[in-house]
Amino acid sequence: MGNLTPELAAIRDETRDLAKSYGLDFYEVIFELVDHDELNMVASYGGFPTRYPHWRFGMEYEQLTKSYAYGLSKIYELVINNDPCYAYLMRSNAITEQKLVMAHVYGHCDFFKNNAWFGQTSRKMMDVLANHGSRIRRYMDRHGVDNVENFIDVVHSLDNLIDPYSPFIVRDDPPEPEEQPARPEVKKMAAKDYMDRYINPPEFLARERKRMDAAAHRARQFPPKPMRDVLKFLLEHAPLELWEQDVLAMLREEAYYFAPQGMTKIMNEGWAVYWHSQLMTRHLCDASEIVNYCDAHSGTLATRPGQINPYKIGVELFRDIEDRWNKGRFGAEYQACDDPELRRRWLRPTDQGRDKVFEVRRIYNDVTFIDEFVTPEFAADQRLYVYGVNPSTGQLEIADHDWRKVKEQLLTALTNFGNPIIRVVDANHKNRGELYLVHDWSGAELQLEHAQMTLHNLHQLWKRPVHLETQESGKGRLLSFDGEQATSKEITPGLGGNLAVGSDKKDPG
Amino acid sequence: MSVRRIDQDHTRFRQIVRGKIKENLRRFVASGELIGKQGQKYVAIPLPQIVLPRFRFGDNKKNGVGQGAGEDGQPVPGQGDGQGQAGEDQGQHVLEVEVSLEELAKILGEELELPNIEPRGKKNVRAIAGRFTGIARAGPRSLRHFKRTFKEALKRQIASGTYDPQRPMIIPVRDDLRFRAVHTREVPQASAAIVYMMDVSGSMGREQKEIVRIEAFWIDTWLRHQYKNLEVNYIVHDAVAHQVDQHTFFHLRESGGTKISSAYELALQLIRDKYPSAEWNVYPFHFSDGDNWSSRDTERCVELLKNALLPQVNQFCYGQVKSAYGSGQFKKDLDQAFRADEKVVTTDIPDRDGILASIKAFLGKGR
Repeated sequence: MGNLTPELAAIRDETRDLAKSYGLDFYEVIFELVDHDELNMVASYGGFPTRYPHWRFGMEYEQLTKSYAYGLSKIYELVINNDPCYAYLMRSNAITEQKLVMAHVYGHCDFFKNNAWFGQTSRKMMDVLANHGSRIRRYMDRHGVDNVENFIDVVHSLDNLIDPYSPFIVRDDPPEPEEQPARPEVKKMAAKDYMDRYINPPEFLARERKRMDAAAHRARQFPPKPMRDVLKFLLEHAPLELWEQDVLAMLREEAYYFAPQGMTKIMNEGWAVYWHSQLMTRHLCDASEIVNYCDAHSGTLATRPGQINPYKIGVELFRDIEDRWNKGRFGAEYQACDDPELRRRWLRPTDQGRDKVFEVRRIYNDVTFIDEFVTPEFAADQRLYVYGVNPSTGQLEIADHDWRKVKEQLLTALTNFGNPIIRVVDANHKNRGELYLVHDWSGAELQLEHAQMTLHNLHQLWKRPVHLETQESGKGRLLSFDGEQATSKEITPGLGGNLAVGSDKKDPG
Repeated sequence: MSVRRIDQDHTRFRQIVRGKIKENLRRFVASGELIGKQGQKYVAIPLPQIVLPRFRFGDNKKNGVGQGAGEDGQPVPGQGDGQGQAGEDQGQHVLEVEVSLEELAKILGEELELPNIEPRGKKNVRAIAGRFTGIARAGPRSLRHFKRTFKEALKRQIASGTYDPQRPMIIPVRDDLRFRAVHTREVPQASAAIVYMMDVSGSMGREQKEIVRIEAFWIDTWLRHQYKNLEVNYIVHDAVAHQVDQHTFFHLRESGGTKISSAYELALQLIRDKYPSAEWNVYPFHFSDGDNWSSRDTERCVELLKNALLPQVNQFCYGQVKSAYGSGQFKKDLDQAFRADEKVVTTDIPDRDGILASIKAFLGKGR
């Protein structure tokens, strides 16, 4: 398989054997040699040769083609998580670049296979996506291109409402028994008649009554717990045609397939850079190629002001971890040491570095990776800073170099891929089958205009009025769309949905 | 060859952008951009995108993490885009390439589908251009055409029988020498002049000026691409008009009333003095928020345009930038007065996203 020239095939074999000798572990990798136009096409489809028909891919294609034609950017590597892995090499690249891309790709493939967050993704996605394509094409033949495409547009505008952790946990409680249990009596303490008023005071009984009613109400609430996988909820409960249900299910499956790549962007790229630099500088490059290699490599790692390059931050963090575990800079004693000078000179050679980075690539994702391994020393070495708008000048300014703030900001941006977390709280709002969503407030406001239009789309699926509770300028705000009119009003947060997220804590007790 | 699927998707996308199909998506078409570099500046190359609405964070989330040199309190160079989009797994390598103005203009032309301009006055203005395409028997040594000289010598030696294939030695004599020579021809040359006029009365804020600046940059780029010889003039006005240099034009903030006729009078005088219409393609552009001092003055403007200005120019463009205070009346008045006249083009520019549409309206006629 593949269509490599004999020269490239020999390089591939050498690179593969080297990668294996370092303990990298991957599915078979098939390299395809393509020209830039084919590469742009495949890249528009997210790395796959075929998807369902949709203008979004055409838009992506136009962007890639234009920016390639104007010389603004070009795609370096492209590899997909599949068994076997498919990777693409641009025909016009020089041989040094091909070597670099291959070494890089083996890093990615090892990551796909071994990182736990990819554990639940389908490894036959090539086939799955092709099947989705032909199924959606069939629906288009039967129900009209515009109908199906409009439905896909609606789903696209909602497809960030998934729960990326759900493949790993059972979220749903077993279904409740159907029959309504009788309203239970409040349990009283045993007491003689004349003591009853003192042992079971009426206020206590009333309070108990209220608590039990609230619990019973919660049990009847639908969904019983706020649900983050809004797409799943719609799939199961929205009044959809069969074909609509099928399309929604397919697009949701695709969103879940791509989710781990968003969750591990920094790690995945860092790991691939770590290995390409290892393999290239120690083995693959000959003396005549080293300058070309450095040029390409430094281009990949270049940072632009005001931005974080995932390749750069990822590889630096992996190298820092390796270094720390080689020098014994970990464990309770090191953590407790707050003398910077002592920390700087800390040296208790253990040589566990390589083992540690392999472990890290197996069990972490970007959020835990940054949270656990960004240290004060790392932030200072990498000259990381937080920037923000200076209210007095309106300019973007460097606000702080404090490593805690840097980490906090990074984590905020990475949480849920920088998307707001939104849950279905009540699907029978006002007892009228209206859908009530709550935005998990994290301090950042939603783009309200977009939110309003998104509600419009949500209504097309739910077909009853839809509501979103969020905040604006420190006040609660409820956006609604009832099929004809969009409204926005101020509310007290946590009331509209009867019981908001985390309501247990607010229970009177 | 069968049609590739991506081409079908692409065609569909283009049709939506042009508004041919799926009107409901038309309102989500945004002007995306590619970033190129022009000299020290980054310029954005327009590229239409359709942005579907989603639940996403708003503008108040401007904070981010950066990496590199700099102390607390220093401005962040460039526009930070935060962590960028985490997403599909493809390494895209952004090259910082220099884009020449010529290329930018071509790109703009392609994106907005601008027609080439048919210059006026090309019959009148001719220039003499010379190129070294000819051959002469006499000339300076530095222009000697070695190949031709060698050929001549070879021909002569073969003809005279002095050429020996065993010992191929060619010796040119004076008669063999050939020289490159200038070939002159007349080429039509068109010159153009832009006159930018801007309302700098109190109601034009920083954002409005920025919009004018961006729009002026692209118009400049396009017209420079079309004309070799372009002269640019700047006029600002509130109740009186002044001719100023470029820097002042974009940074001046006056306050006070607005008398648009003052600017038109000054422009007219300028055109009469320096840019006679027989030889020049003249493009006046006027930007304002649409407030004028009085309807009397507006009448005067219309009169000036109709009787004096329009006959002298290729096209008169009026861009109305939306501001919090402007009434926008002036555009309505112009539209009413010149509904039938193709030479007057007026546009509304509500915000930055409106710039491209406005440029297309101004330059899309190829006048």
